[in-house]
Amino acid sequence: MAIWAGKSTRVIVQGITGREGTFHAIQCRDYGTNVVGGVTPGKGGTTHEGFAVFNTVREARENAGANCSLIFVPPPFAADAVMESADAGVELIVCITEGIPVNDMIRAHDFLKKSNARAVAAGRTPSRLIGPNCPGIITPGEAKIGIMPGHIHRPGPIGIVSRSGTLTYEAVGQTREIGQSTAVGIGGDPLPGTNFIDCLAAFQADSATEAIIMIGEIGGTAEEEAAAYVKQFVTKPVVAFIAGQTAPPGRRMGHAGAIISGGKGTAAEKMAALDAAGIHVVKAPSDMGRKVAEVRRH
Amino acid sequence: MKVHEYQAKEILRRYGVPTPRGIVVDNPEEARLAAKELGGRVVVKAQIHAGGRGKGGGVKLAKNADEAHDLTKQMIGMTLVTHQTGPEGRVVRKVLIEEALNIDKELYLGVTLDRRIGMPVVMASKQGGMEIEEVAARDPKAIHREPIDAVMGAQPFQARAVAYALGLEGDAYKKCVDFVQKLMRAYVDTDASLAEINPLLVTKEGNVLALDCKMNFDDNALFRHKDIVEMRDLNEEDPLEVEASKFGLNYIKLDGNVGCMVNGAGLAMATMDIIKLAGGEPANFLDVGGGASAEQVKNAFRIILSDKNVRAILINIFGGIMRGDRIAEGVVSASREIGLPVPVVVRLEGTNVELGKEILAKSGLPLITADGMWDAAQKVVAAAKGAA
Repeated sequence: MAIWAGKSTRVIVQGITGREGTFHAIQCRDYGTNVVGGVTPGKGGTTHEGFAVFNTVREARENAGANCSLIFVPPPFAADAVMESADAGVELIVCITEGIPVNDMIRAHDFLKKSNARAVAAGRTPSRLIGPNCPGIITPGEAKIGIMPGHIHRPGPIGIVSRSGTLTYEAVGQTREIGQSTAVGIGGDPLPGTNFIDCLAAFQADSATEAIIMIGEIGGTAEEEAAAYVKQFVTKPVVAFIAGQTAPPGRRMGHAGAIISGGKGTAAEKMAALDAAGIHVVKAPSDMGRKVAEVRRH
Repeated sequence: MKVHEYQAKEILRRYGVPTPRGIVVDNPEEARLAAKELGGRVVVKAQIHAGGRGKGGGVKLAKNADEAHDLTKQMIGMTLVTHQTGPEGRVVRKVLIEEALNIDKELYLGVTLDRRIGMPVVMASKQGGMEIEEVAARDPKAIHREPIDAVMGAQPFQARAVAYALGLEGDAYKKCVDFVQKLMRAYVDTDASLAEINPLLVTKEGNVLALDCKMNFDDNALFRHKDIVEMRDLNEEDPLEVEASKFGLNYIKLDGNVGCMVNGAGLAMATMDIIKLAGGEPANFLDVGGGASAEQVKNAFRIILSDKNVRAILINIFGGIMRGDRIAEGVVSASREIGLPVPVVVRLEGTNVELGKEILAKSGLPLITADGMWDAAQKVVAAAKGAA
């Protein structure tokens, strides 16, 4: 088991002929991910680095049996790429692109909601969007769908969910002895497709996951909402770290969503909420691995 | 991105949102002429990117054109300190000369993104002039919240609900309904992240106008708003941050003395946090991006070292797909070229880390290697204290 990504995931890369798309499609394939092709409008019918290229996602789905899309399309066109995948019935959409306008994502989320409602009514699986502005998702030893370094991961019982890319790698590095079930980067944007609660629910239901590391950061209230959810529904131990304890208010700390505005969204508030929900909050990012090893059997 | 009040009002007027008549000037003579044109009795408003201008002496009433001249003379070139500028304040370069109106009521109206529901929300309160955060803390029920579908815009019933919540009647009520719909259109069309009208003015004649206006814009959407990009005022930004942005570096200056250079925004914040936990104070936030090439490392060194408070630097790179030895080579060549006036602690992780450490050790440069983030933080804090 594991969550959402595995051996049966068949990936197409949207924007496969671009520099990033090409590089990471090859990296994913080398890791062992089943990359069945790519999409670049206007280049359908050609082959690129051994990958079959299609004009549309629908063609890729029908001809190559893709059930997952990995998006490297530039920001002005990325929301459109998300909608195209949803419309084609792709079950897992992983959007790496950073810098998509908020209004574009609002439209994409609306589209997704409607197309998912149609899918459910027709008895099909709805689409899940991971990201944007994220490293992707990896189930070690099975499928790497994203830009994370595959070799640092080991199959094991720790589920990881994070708003930050390199901090996810940090958590993976610190759990290299125990290993990970699945690591999900939900991304640093203000409106992520998949949130902490989605991941926590999936990890709770996943038999391969024994304990969870969740990595939050300043801005918004996603961590507070996750804390309330954990208190009610999650019985597996959860370790949390919140980045930005020293971040000044009113400044956007790299990620579009990482900003303390009007005194709200501070690390202190989030840590207090997580702590009150019985989550093991570590102050130092270097303590995530040690803490999860300590609590996972309790 | 932020703009000045006079620019925000210019944008609002394009969408038919009523604002007082005003003229922006940068010298007293123009202020006199502007005041005459506007009828003599005017308000002189300092244009800086920060709130709280009134309390800081940046908003004053002039009874006639001569007074407008004198007030402008006082304000241009002055350093205005408000609770939002920090103690260093901001230099006033322009003032907005605006007609003085007969105030009946001062209300609050704002639009921003509600991340929880993924929709813009109109916030309205009868307590104009007060900061909305203060109202929210004291009496959350005093704020009416109306979520709006960004694609469909504000529906008439939603605009009516806002006008009722503001306690308006008659002419002012009708004008407010129109105001809300137009403001919402301006917010969505310009990809704003904030449009705050505080106060929203109701005049004795029953007119509804934006007396003050603050607008922020989604940086990610600026590619489709060339006109707004042109409004950017670099004087309002930290020169080092502007310089860093030219190299694609995400840099934010802080008050401490431990510089840091990190790949990834989350890890960069976490690095600041762990420096603090180890007893130090971070001098900056700096995300060099995924690649961390020699060129980027060099640029980052230059920016960090321009801050004279920096006593030591921590480089924390989680190599990921890039190999550790390549990053180490980059750090060494950048260090050679720049020359290092302060101790540098390097923490590398990823493929070929051992090889990378060897390259650092053999370089003959004063580079201190570290294992893990905690070790790195302790070493850099000690180095900063030793050098202080």
